[in-house]
Amino acid sequence: MSDTPVKIVIDLSKPEGEREQIIPLTADEIAEREALAIQAAQEQAEREAAEQAREELKASAKAKLIAGEPLTAEEADTLVI
Amino acid sequence: MAMTLVSTVQVPSGGAASIEFTGIAGTGKDLLLLYSLRNSDTGTTDSLLLNFNSSTANFSGRVLYGTGSSALSTTASNDLIGGIVGNGATSSTFSNGQLYISNYASSANKSFSVDTVGENNATATRHAIIAGQWANSTAITSIALSGGYNFLQHSTVSLYIVS
Repeated sequence: MSDTPVKIVIDLSKPEGEREQIIPLTADEIAEREALAIQAAQEQAEREAAEQAREELKASAKAKLIAGEPLTAEEADTLVI
Repeated sequence: MAMTLVSTVQVPSGGAASIEFTGIAGTGKDLLLLYSLRNSDTGTTDSLLLNFNSSTANFSGRVLYGTGSSALSTTASNDLIGGIVGNGATSSTFSNGQLYISNYASSANKSFSVDTVGENNATATRHAIIAGQWANSTAITSIALSGGYNFLQHSTVSLYIVS
């Protein structure tokens, strides 16, 4: 894999056979890409935290149901949509 | 309704940071992008980032997705959640998805939908459906897919015009 990331550009305004180009990213594009990657990683981490929290609520709701204990509203929300 | 294949691109051995279709003619009614992607992340799933006409602004959307153990919903902008299988997933597997863009050449805001699923021989993988909008009156003439990591060899994207 090359050191400089590349983009594949398909220019549909050109005749077939001349459309596809592989172009190294500019410094600005690389910086933008890195910023987007950080943002995407943060959002992914937030989603995974939400998924984990929901799993824990479901497990707690199940345990309370089995034990005959009252559920919190958040726990009930995992069972009733 | 007729669906015409405009172009298919396959990522070569060096990988690619993004795939861009430019110069899209405004001769059709809708656009359909079919993709099969895998990236170089060490994880199992990533978001696929979308832009129209080089813009990542004014995107909004609602996502329903499953993780293999949970079903959740969330908001999203231009990130197509779960759209890419990472290189930590089962080898030689790819995520599959379709992006459908309605009335891409009109002066109204552009609505789109996404249906995507990863492949991974484990509990953790994602299936997402997304309803989105790009609040812009300009006709879409270019579409780019990217992410935080390189698309790996054999990743493929096809663009169709629906008329």
